[in-house]
Amino acid sequence: MIVTAAPARSPRHALYDGDLRSLLLIRHFERALLRLFEQGVLSGTTHTCLGQEYVPVALSALLRDDDFVFSNHRGHGHFLARHPDPHGLLAEIMGREGALCGGVGGSQHIYHRRFLSTGVQGESLPVATGVALKLAGSGALACAYIGDGTWGEGAVYEALNMASLWRVPLLVVVEHNGIAQSTPTSAQMAGTIAARAAAFGVRHHHVTSTDVGEIREALAPLVDTVRAEPSPLVVEFATHRLGPHSKGDDTRPPEEIRRARESDWYDRYAEADPERFARIDREQRELVERVVAEVSARPHSRPGGSA
Amino acid sequence: MTRVSEHINQALHDLMESDPSVHLLGEDVSDPYGGAFKVTRGLSDRFGSRVRSTPLSEGAIAGVGAGLALAGDKAIVEIMFSDFVALAFDQITNFAAKSTSMYGRPVPVPLVVRCPTGGNRGYGPTHSQNPQKHFIGVPGLSLFEMTPFHDAGELFARMFRLARPCLFFEDKVLYTRQMYRTDDLFRFELVDDVARVYLDGAGRPDCTLITHGGLVHRALDAMRTLLLEDDLVCELLVPAQLYPVPRLPGLEDARHVCVVDDGTEGGSWAAEVATALYPRLWGRLRRPITLVNSADGVIPAAPHLEREVLVQADSIRAAVKEGLS
Ligand SMILES: Cc1ncc(C[n+]2csc(CCOP(=O)(O)OP(=O)(O)O)c2C)c(N)n1
Ligand SMILES: [Mg+2]
Repeated sequence: MIVTAAPARSPRHALYDGDLRSLLLIRHFERALLRLFEQGVLSGTTHTCLGQEYVPVALSALLRDDDFVFSNHRGHGHFLARHPDPHGLLAEIMGREGALCGGVGGSQHIYHRRFLSTGVQGESLPVATGVALKLAGSGALACAYIGDGTWGEGAVYEALNMASLWRVPLLVVVEHNGIAQSTPTSAQMAGTIAARAAAFGVRHHHVTSTDVGEIREALAPLVDTVRAEPSPLVVEFATHRLGPHSKGDDTRPPEEIRRARESDWYDRYAEADPERFARIDREQRELVERVVAEVSARPHSRPGGSA
Repeated sequence: MTRVSEHINQALHDLMESDPSVHLLGEDVSDPYGGAFKVTRGLSDRFGSRVRSTPLSEGAIAGVGAGLALAGDKAIVEIMFSDFVALAFDQITNFAAKSTSMYGRPVPVPLVVRCPTGGNRGYGPTHSQNPQKHFIGVPGLSLFEMTPFHDAGELFARMFRLARPCLFFEDKVLYTRQMYRTDDLFRFELVDDVARVYLDGAGRPDCTLITHGGLVHRALDAMRTLLLEDDLVCELLVPAQLYPVPRLPGLEDARHVCVVDDGTEGGSWAAEVATALYPRLWGRLRRPITLVNSADGVIPAAPHLEREVLVQADSIRAAVKEGLS
């Protein structure tokens, strides 16, 4: 059973065009990936962030260019919200010319400017703590996205302890979607994330809204404090995974998937502002279609080559 | 016809049915998911709390397995991708393996750590490795690997009889292949627990290949091409026990020996096999044993790059021809 639920209500703050664009770019990018897999054009695996797009979009305006972002296996949205470069990302996933990392890393191993992802859960938090240690005092921070399931890894706690002891500007963004691959939170986490953060003297903030503007408003002063003090902060989003963990591997009961869909931002934003939404939705869908066509036609990537 | 993954699944069912002291732990192993590679399907429905989906805690679940074993039961721990066994390195090498002997008397630790292994699936650098070599030469630890020729049930029984921790590697591409099948040109037999794959009716082979389970099909492809295109006869030896290196049969009259290993070069299983063979074969070898390994590099996600790094049939063929030239 998913223990988290976002309130279903219409957005209080109107979305900027740029945010809507970003949300829909990620949505259509992820959908395109699942389609490409079905067509047998993609190899390996992928983890889409369908339903969770608003988390990195909300955060993007709170992050600075000199902040360092650590991402995980479900990282396409994290990347696109920070670097709207769907060509580079898709080329990386498809191993084509223009790939962000020459096609070596693929979907889960990307290092581009100050954005880095890796596929081993929990591994990033100590590294983010080290980066934050270096950034402390500069006003920049290290932001690390992790899932609820990743709180099973011991490295998470070793990192939180040091981050708190050494007062480093570390922003831990938890996308608590109630599930880890196939295992519901209730079967993999005792206690709560809030209590775990408290145990290390680390501030914790819970976000249940899916409203980009509302989230930003609440987080802005907290993120400022992370930079200014500096100090670590855990921001836990109650969110929902709409799609499978990777591809074709969703064993959740239908009513649970339905409940996740009901919390989706997509329909709510569409209803709130139908005309603008439809226009930007079409624009981003067509953009992603063009990106897919263009990148698919490119030759294979070579590491250390273009990009 | 049984796929290797189904065969292992059946062996786990039989084992848990026949031995109520066996527990199985791992991430997402419970039904209906049944594990990332579906190898544990049906077990939790059937055996209840003896099968547990765990949190993402590789180090701790290896330790919990060791604890169950220490307390008199038996444990199988699944590491979802063998790359993550690195997170359990301390529990396996510093506790489970050492505790069999560091208390001044034998302490049984019947623990099997199952590790889905290997590349050629485009999963990228942290989900594709062959980490066998990192566990070679650890006192108290044995290494096994699934092959298409060995009965998984017998291997589980054997590992538990050792009463010491064992790593059991299972190649992820091998999961999709059939048990007990070779190329139509070759036959196989088990000699002292080592599978010997040979050309029926052929005399002394030009080259004897030695490899581990995950490479069997690539080795067979190479053997086929070597025979049909290059007129070279090869024989293949596939031990299920990787370490300690078991006695490999029939090498005394080998013209040339080639060890093929999907792990990266440097400190490799192939080198370990060669080290074990040199004293025995020294007077008879006409040339050094050929070692074939994956390149000294990370395993790229893009298939065209991944292919270049990992051992493939054509790299085996080239190495054999060079070794015989
Ligand atoms: C150390 C490690 N163990 C296991 C995995 C396999 N794996 C990838 S994602 C995942 C579940 C992660 O759950 P969560 O942290 O909640 O993130 P979500 O997938 O829900 O976004 C697992 C088990 C991994 N990548 N790394
Ligand atoms: Mg989760």
